[in-house]
Amino acid sequence: MNWGSAGEFFAMGGYGLYVWGSFGVTAAALLIEVVLVRQRFSAVRRSLRRELAADRDTQD
Amino acid sequence: MKPRQKRLAIIVGGLATLGIAATLILNAFQSNLVFFFTPTQVANGEAPKERAFRIGGLVKEGSLQRSDIVARFIVTDTAKEIPVSYQGILPDLFSEGKGVVAQGVLSADGKFTATEVLAKHDENYMPPEAQAAVNKAHEATRTLKQ
Amino acid sequence: MSQRLVNWFKFASPASFYPLAGKMWPWFAAIGTVLAAAGLWISFFVAPTDFQQGEGYRIIFIHVPASWMSMFIYCVMAFWAAIGITFNTRLSGMMSSALAPTGALFAFLSLWTGALWGKPMWGAWWVWDARLTSELILFFLYIGYIALTAAIDDPRRADKAGAIISLVGVVNVPIIYFSVKWWNTLHQGASVSLTKAPSMAATMLWGMLIMALAFWMYSIAIALYRVRAIILERERHTTWVAELPEMQR
Repeated sequence: MNWGSAGEFFAMGGYGLYVWGSFGVTAAALLIEVVLVRQRFSAVRRSLRRELAADRDTQD
Repeated sequence: MKPRQKRLAIIVGGLATLGIAATLILNAFQSNLVFFFTPTQVANGEAPKERAFRIGGLVKEGSLQRSDIVARFIVTDTAKEIPVSYQGILPDLFSEGKGVVAQGVLSADGKFTATEVLAKHDENYMPPEAQAAVNKAHEATRTLKQ
Repeated sequence: MSQRLVNWFKFASPASFYPLAGKMWPWFAAIGTVLAAAGLWISFFVAPTDFQQGEGYRIIFIHVPASWMSMFIYCVMAFWAAIGITFNTRLSGMMSSALAPTGALFAFLSLWTGALWGKPMWGAWWVWDARLTSELILFFLYIGYIALTAAIDDPRRADKAGAIISLVGVVNVPIIYFSVKWWNTLHQGASVSLTKAPSMAATMLWGMLIMALAFWMYSIAIALYRVRAIILERERHTTWVAELPEMQR
């Protein structure tokens, strides 16, 4: 184990800003990408469902 | 303009823009592809004379002097040496015996005045104990050779 | 032989690839999550402090994997571009456009983490050396691909234009990789390569490789998820989409 305390862990030997800036932005970016892709998928599925339902209604 | 022509125009325009951008970048890049010159290259007159350029090499052991805010050190590639003076904050990894790249101008008397100093580190990553062992091994081979 | 060939072309049709991608992505996502957890554990709790960069070197655990992925994804896009041009398959263009945003993201992360690493160690956020500049060009190539394909309404034409960018731009990938050998650069040489033993302590190396695998699995999962959305967008007027179970009420 490299760290004596949580404080030491977050300080990263004085490089905290740079290390956490890298890991934090990476985690945030990947998370945002997942959210955006899910939104894109459910948006097209929703509009398709609506279209198909409208088609069925006119046929009935 | 018909949609077909419009699409074609967009594609041609897009590719042309990309091509021009790439040409410009590579052209600007060509003169700077060599990021720094070694002291030997400078001694051979390969470095630009009129404008600022970068020199790179190792900080000579025992050459670093700090007076007030000015740091003086010698950049060497083990064949040739250039004395450098720099006023400013040195990067964390700057130390004697390590790689350095300095940007600035060379005066007629062969002294280099730097406006920016960057540390160049190598691709070795290891814990301090391992590094100590490596140093010890180097020391041992050196004493054996003597 | 011919049997196998037929099977491959079967999956090249969007209608059969859509459900396959839906079955596959959760597996890649799960493996990626487990690997990321293991990789992060090694990065922070197992890998020792570096002899010259202290704790600051830990940025390597995402910087190098992100850079690898940015180059690798571009090569995969070029592969799909070549397939698309040769066999005229619809799916290849969809795969390319599903990969591009993720590739662009990794190129951005490579530049971002590189800046945060360069500032404390070299003393500069950015320098115009060959390695950094060629990686920036890769980022622009991704942006160019996305912008160009978005500007063309007809997806088939967009795919063709995108394929040209992918195939032309792929020459930049070896330039990035060998830049540190061909020219004097501030960026250090490769720590890991096929031609020599890695110049890293074993636990550091393992952390980096596991993080790279995690990013790889993530990229596959997210690209499969995105390609499903793209397939639905492009095939919305076909009967097979209308007959999908998730489209029924």
